[in-house]
Amino acid sequence: MVTVGILALQGAVREHACSLEASGAEVKLIKRVEELEDIDALVVPGGESTTMRRLIDKYEMFGPLQEFAKSGKPMFGTCAGLILMAKEIIGQEHGHLEVMDIKVHRNGFGRQRESFEIPLNVDGMEGDEDYIGVFIRAPYIESVGPDVKVLATFQDKIVAAQQGRFLCCAFHPELTDDHRMHGYFVKMAEEFKNELHNVSK
Amino acid sequence: MVQTGTDRVKRGMAEMQKGGVIMDVVNAEQAKIAEEAGAVAVMALERVPADIRAAGGVARMADPTIVEEVINAVSIPVMAKARIGHIVEARVLEALGADYIDESEVLTPADEVYHLNKRDFTVPFVCGARDLGEATRRIGEGASMLRTKGEPGTGNIVEAVRHMRLIQAQVKKVVGMSEDELMTEAKNLGAPYEILLQIKREGRLPVVNFAAGGVASPADAALMMELGADGVFVGSGIFKSDNPEKFARAIVEATTHYQDYDLIAKLSKGLGTAMKGVEISSLQPSERMQDRGW
Repeated sequence: MVTVGILALQGAVREHACSLEASGAEVKLIKRVEELEDIDALVVPGGESTTMRRLIDKYEMFGPLQEFAKSGKPMFGTCAGLILMAKEIIGQEHGHLEVMDIKVHRNGFGRQRESFEIPLNVDGMEGDEDYIGVFIRAPYIESVGPDVKVLATFQDKIVAAQQGRFLCCAFHPELTDDHRMHGYFVKMAEEFKNELHNVSK
Repeated sequence: MVQTGTDRVKRGMAEMQKGGVIMDVVNAEQAKIAEEAGAVAVMALERVPADIRAAGGVARMADPTIVEEVINAVSIPVMAKARIGHIVEARVLEALGADYIDESEVLTPADEVYHLNKRDFTVPFVCGARDLGEATRRIGEGASMLRTKGEPGTGNIVEAVRHMRLIQAQVKKVVGMSEDELMTEAKNLGAPYEILLQIKREGRLPVVNFAAGGVASPADAALMMELGADGVFVGSGIFKSDNPEKFARAIVEATTHYQDYDLIAKLSKGLGTAMKGVEISSLQPSERMQDRGW
């Protein structure tokens, strides 16, 4: 079994925990640097990206989170998590963790009254059924680098993507009972863990 | 097909605020201080509750200029207060682009019988509650988020504690009941039966429940989290303190790490004077904001 951490500084933590557990992972809530050591993968949840960034800096988690990403361990960012992982944010001089080669537009779909849900076709998900994308003051990805695979688009805007072991989406899979995206991520974590295990043998 | 204003979209917005602090602000400058300090949202209003108390008279929705000014100043969500039952104030705030509306007892009620039918709106609502009956009635009307009423503008946490403990205890009681006992409990609480059933089945309230009404220090915020609040509203506490920047940051951190007492001790040092509090028993019945709403 893999242990997946959830960055638990602020935001929809419990919902991610439910979806990850339903996908067969053990869950650990991460509030401090040292807790990053014992996990195989990390979810950066939805919430307020400005708030999370402030708390990341305050608790000196910024460097360790970048190290975590460099170590190759899988990361999955939803909504604010996607913003934190992006290399470029429109209207801001710098990105935050800058682990994914994507350029994002914060609140790209507007304010709360414009927030919506829509059935989406997400590449790589099991079965033919559409995925319900819940978009809340959501960002979108304006452009991606050459190594990034686009998994879903809506109105010609990129809303889910993968770059190697980094996964992100602009919507909230944790707010639905459809656990396929979390299952997909847990599988990524299992594969990475097995590879590490084989190398060390 | 694109659907806006669904329960998932409205309640989900509040889920994203969990573990955070929502701060009352009266202008763009305060909104920026709040955002910089790590607030997850700001509540735009004309006066903080302590000043509403002092001013007396009728308290209404904020001047739209203030709401717009705040919306333009920050990238975090902006909430605003409408009077209980005031359909048009709520519609105006929705039209201005407020991200959440607080149908609030802090303002003078516009209707002494009916709350808003919040299901009619695309924008989500937060409402105050003192007990589970009130909480579930508001959910029944379409509230997507709850908060304790506490006693706003007093800097006295005792009422918020009472309301949070009572709601938690009543939720536990409902969860532990058998289904055939629920209808009588619904009758006793004045609660919609279907919502009690949902609470029983899911083991918790169907929406997020924040603490509000009297939070005046980092320790107060941490106390409310300890008691099971999903997050904290701070009204008068921050901008009525000596050093709002420092105070705001300290409250945010104490909310995140509410069980780290060494940290809260450190945060609480040298904060200057908190707002001057009010002893609840010194309030006249007509001054009790929590008794507004039905």
